[in-house]
Amino acid sequence: MTTRLFGQRVPRVEDQRFLRGRGRYVDDVLVGPGTLHAAVLRSPHAHARILDIDVSEVLDLDGVHAVWTYDDLDGVMADPLPLLIPHPALTHGRTQFALARDEVNHVGEAIAFVVAEDRYVAEDAVDRIRVGYELLPPVVGIEAARAATHLVHDDVPGNVGARMEQHNGDAPAAIAAAPHTLSLDLTIERSSCQPMEGRGVVSRWDPDTSRLTVWTSTQTSTGVRGCVAARLGLDLAQVDVITPDVGGGFGVKINHPWPEELLVPMAARALGRPVKFTEDRREHFISSAHERGQVHHVEVGFDDDGRVLGLDVTFWHDHGAYTPYGLIVPIITATQLLGPYKPGAYRVRFESLFTNTVMVTPYRGAGRPQGCFVMERTIDAIAAELGLDRAAVRATNFIQPDEFPYDHGLVFQDGRELEYDSGDYPASLDKLKALIGWDDFPALKAQAAAEGRRIGIGLACYVEGTGVGPYEGAHVHVETSGKVKVAIGLTTQGQGHATVFAQIVADELGVPLEDVEVVSGDTRKMPYAVGTFASRAAVMSGSAVQLAARAVREKALRIAAEALEADVADLEIVDGLVQVRGTDAALALGTVAVLSNPLRYAFDEASKAATQFAVGDPGRPPVAEDDEPGLEARDFYSPQRATFASGMHAVIVETDPDTAEIRIVRYAVVHDCGRIINPMIVEGQIHGGVAQGVGGALYERMAYDDSGQLLNASFMDFLMPYVTEVPDTIEIDHLETPSPLNRLGIKGAGEAGVIPVSAAIAAAIEDAEGLVITAMPISPSELHALRQSKETP
Amino acid sequence: MTGRPAAVRHDITLRVNGAPHTISVEPRRLLSDALRHDCGLTGTHVGCEHGVCGACTVLVDGSPARSCLMLAVASEDVEITTVEGLAGADDSLSPVQQAFSDCHGLQCGFCTPGFLTTITAGLRDNPDPTREEAQEMIAGNLCRCTGYQNIVAAVLRAAELRDGRP
Amino acid sequence: MKPAPFAYHRPGTVAEAVRLLAADPDAKVLAGGQSLVPLLSMRLATPSALVDLGGIPGLDAVRVDADGVRVGALARHARVLADDDAAACQPLLRLALGHVAHPTIRNRGTTVGSVVHADPAAEMPVVLRLLGGSVDVEGPAGRRTIGAADLFVGPLETSLHHDEVATSAFFPALPSGGGVAFEEIARRHGDYAMAGVAVVVRREGEQVVDVRAGFVSISDTPVVVDLTDAVARGADPGDAALASLEPTADVHATADYRAHLVRVLTRRVVGAALDDAASRSLTR
Repeated sequence: MTTRLFGQRVPRVEDQRFLRGRGRYVDDVLVGPGTLHAAVLRSPHAHARILDIDVSEVLDLDGVHAVWTYDDLDGVMADPLPLLIPHPALTHGRTQFALARDEVNHVGEAIAFVVAEDRYVAEDAVDRIRVGYELLPPVVGIEAARAATHLVHDDVPGNVGARMEQHNGDAPAAIAAAPHTLSLDLTIERSSCQPMEGRGVVSRWDPDTSRLTVWTSTQTSTGVRGCVAARLGLDLAQVDVITPDVGGGFGVKINHPWPEELLVPMAARALGRPVKFTEDRREHFISSAHERGQVHHVEVGFDDDGRVLGLDVTFWHDHGAYTPYGLIVPIITATQLLGPYKPGAYRVRFESLFTNTVMVTPYRGAGRPQGCFVMERTIDAIAAELGLDRAAVRATNFIQPDEFPYDHGLVFQDGRELEYDSGDYPASLDKLKALIGWDDFPALKAQAAAEGRRIGIGLACYVEGTGVGPYEGAHVHVETSGKVKVAIGLTTQGQGHATVFAQIVADELGVPLEDVEVVSGDTRKMPYAVGTFASRAAVMSGSAVQLAARAVREKALRIAAEALEADVADLEIVDGLVQVRGTDAALALGTVAVLSNPLRYAFDEASKAATQFAVGDPGRPPVAEDDEPGLEARDFYSPQRATFASGMHAVIVETDPDTAEIRIVRYAVVHDCGRIINPMIVEGQIHGGVAQGVGGALYERMAYDDSGQLLNASFMDFLMPYVTEVPDTIEIDHLETPSPLNRLGIKGAGEAGVIPVSAAIAAAIEDAEGLVITAMPISPSELHALRQSKETP
Repeated sequence: MTGRPAAVRHDITLRVNGAPHTISVEPRRLLSDALRHDCGLTGTHVGCEHGVCGACTVLVDGSPARSCLMLAVASEDVEITTVEGLAGADDSLSPVQQAFSDCHGLQCGFCTPGFLTTITAGLRDNPDPTREEAQEMIAGNLCRCTGYQNIVAAVLRAAELRDGRP
Repeated sequence: MKPAPFAYHRPGTVAEAVRLLAADPDAKVLAGGQSLVPLLSMRLATPSALVDLGGIPGLDAVRVDADGVRVGALARHARVLADDDAAACQPLLRLALGHVAHPTIRNRGTTVGSVVHADPAAEMPVVLRLLGGSVDVEGPAGRRTIGAADLFVGPLETSLHHDEVATSAFFPALPSGGGVAFEEIARRHGDYAMAGVAVVVRREGEQVVDVRAGFVSISDTPVVVDLTDAVARGADPGDAALASLEPTADVHATADYRAHLVRVLTRRVVGAALDDAASRSLTR
């Protein structure tokens, strides 16, 4: 048998293109003079009524082809954009128009759309549009939203888009009866995904075939396709959406349709020329999406061992100006906050609030970093209150390995029960403590203190629901050359799907990895798909790919058995050859593909074998009633509920006693995503997640002023970590508790790295400084302020 | 801007990866746009257009430079190397490219061209960097996917490959 | 983010550059472009024309003599940084240049361009001011030399006339008995500093006769504080410096934190500069 590729550190096949500069990202499509370029006039004000828009000077400009404002939009294009995920608790959901109708609700909201010969001229044209505004008072930040002195939307009282509560048991009663109680207020600030490639759309209308092609940098091709067809009044069959290479997503590209995803195809169709929109970095800051901003209040009751008897959490979620993605982020916080723990009773309530800022949609982790921060800070506070070891209090509260499946009695983000499938949290903690040297740290700290240095250690645990439904599919096709073409419906933005899914197919079909080509995110090849989010690709598409490949294998063996006059049970596929075990009798998989498709016309030498005088039993139809021509199969995977990956991070930080600079000395990760398809890729995902988490903990925030202007809308001032800001080494240990929910035993890994970083770093700074850390991110300036307030309370 | 005379276009020749590209550009055309849209060399990527991210880094007379901070019209008398010019004549990967593959130094691939050009020049100037020097070499380039761990490894691996070490 | 239209001139002489600037009050000089081009792309600067110095021969020289280092208008930071003679003559140059952005930016950015861009968060204007250097400019009325004390008028504003071209900057040599040090604290490696301090000192024998500090990102224009007396009477140089400075807040640091950094850094950097002077005296 060929070596099994599942579990191997297989180098990525997609790298060969990327490394030679042959990636094809959306801005690389239709390069050249035939393509027109779009620019968008965006609101300079956070909250204003639009009195009038004067575009009269625009069309005079050489090279300008067209300009649209709201009044130029026809039919359903003039409706508000879809509310993608409705929820009964979202009583006052609001979405924007493709172009603002009569009010703008954040700086950056799209007002007018210009198409010109190139982007330079399009921007010149945007500068010539004159808009009259009546300024309205802006609502910025959770405090202002809650105060509701001013309203974002006139018809949304109190700025409250949604109120929601879930509970399991009677938490207030449990807290009242508990021997110890604590109250905490905990805050996480706004941040955003900031993929290196922003959003982008290219579209071409083909009048000869009445078909529209849309290339877009999205996390859901099928989602965009449905919206484009509906809004442009086209049949679905007329619209193809292709997601080319994507320069990172991290969540922001799952929201759709962005105004430009509708306006670009609309313009391409109207103008009869290909049209391209490539978002620039400033636009990405002010007109895509943010996340993370939440304020939390915790009441907790616990016993002498630190066992949580009752946990009551209330939080306020800043969802910005609009709610296209519904309540997914706060629901995830509300449910995933529990992590690996089993409080005696739990109640969670949240309000989702409108503000005059960029809207909020999921960013890698999607509400989990906030939930993890809240839970882990609470556990640390309990340990501090009781004078117990922080790791020990965690262990006391863990769900035990023999308690799976563990039902929390809550409803998760997919509308299904929050039931953990598997895990071994005590084993993870043991591994982490060994990896970071938890028990030896006090000696290290004492030694550092003797040298005048401040170091501290922290840890944080999380559980991540991954691989949510509803489904994903795969199509696997063996060509007569023996090459295997695989199509998956979800998109890819750096996770190595072309490699890991090829590994699965190569294993199933017994073909060399290099003979397998995986295409993703192209609705021409797989029109049924959901998207790439919630660490679901490996679980969902991986399972679908395996199912489809297995079906192909079964068919190949059946056809080969007939041709070789052998029993299926005696056949194996090795290196692309179907052979009868222990004999020389063999048939190339390509030949099997030839035989699978009864032909009248030969198109090459090999295909002669499948023509009507060469093959087949004259007594039977060439294609049996329950069969299809071709060596191919399509299958879908749809799980009953999510899988639950988990992990724990520990960090040692050093703080400068003089300058309050914060340096990460060591960073350790124990990670359990079930069976691992490619450890190299999983580790890469962890590295990237941790780096993003470090950004969120120490550097990145959205600095809005009171008027709703984003003061740091550039890479100069929004401080994404360079190599010099991330830990020198990220030490990783794996634990594999297979998921019982899919045949491969896998769970997702994409978001895990980012989730506990703020919680762990806050704990470590607290340990180093002897100060209570309740808000993240934290800068040296803020740490300095905390030191000052401690000295002079 | 209103009332400005229409800008004169300039016919210029850029020398990129050893080949001349004669193009007609407005003075304001950024070198990054000229390379991508006029020369069709889309391997150079634009991540921020204000000189911070490093995705658009090309070699100008062998030294790394941000192509988004240069004007095409002012780039006629230099030799430009883009990511498309790094592989061997037979399309074989250069040591730096090979090391990125070996070490999983890229994920989405968008920032990668800027790293590859920067490291190619960096290893020419310092063929045997320490880990710290490897970090310093890439300290001006942003990557949002990899956390840099494997990029640092790739710099060190590329130094080995350049040196003919296994 | 694309620049608004402008005309482009590439003169072959400084005189021609001056003529082009004189003819167009909205024209701007382009040298390395590392500060100007982002401003153009964000349309924060919309000049009618750019006068590119890149075609003028001879402007990229770095000349070092006993008096100091003269840096030509087209000399890139990287070139100056790599110049061992310049570093020996005035060691503060290399110390400060190592903090200017990232190496890739230093490959294109020019030291004179940075000086006359007059960004209060930039290192080289402070260095020029602290060392008492000067800038040579050429305009329609001929050449003149502007002392650093008269050069910096406001943030991003100098006393150069619109139609003058800075052709070189002069950084005086470190005198005998002198010492220097530089330190800054930025949010990320390579970022503009939240606070930076450059110090020059001079000893005569065992006596410290001169202690001056320049501050990055602390005031609208490069400011130098004379700490000689404070150090002589044993006062804390950080407190002494702060007495004449008023740091302000931005998104990265409160005014209080900036003041704290000034105190901490001034203390450290004065100490380091005194040590530097001492060790230089030993090696002479």
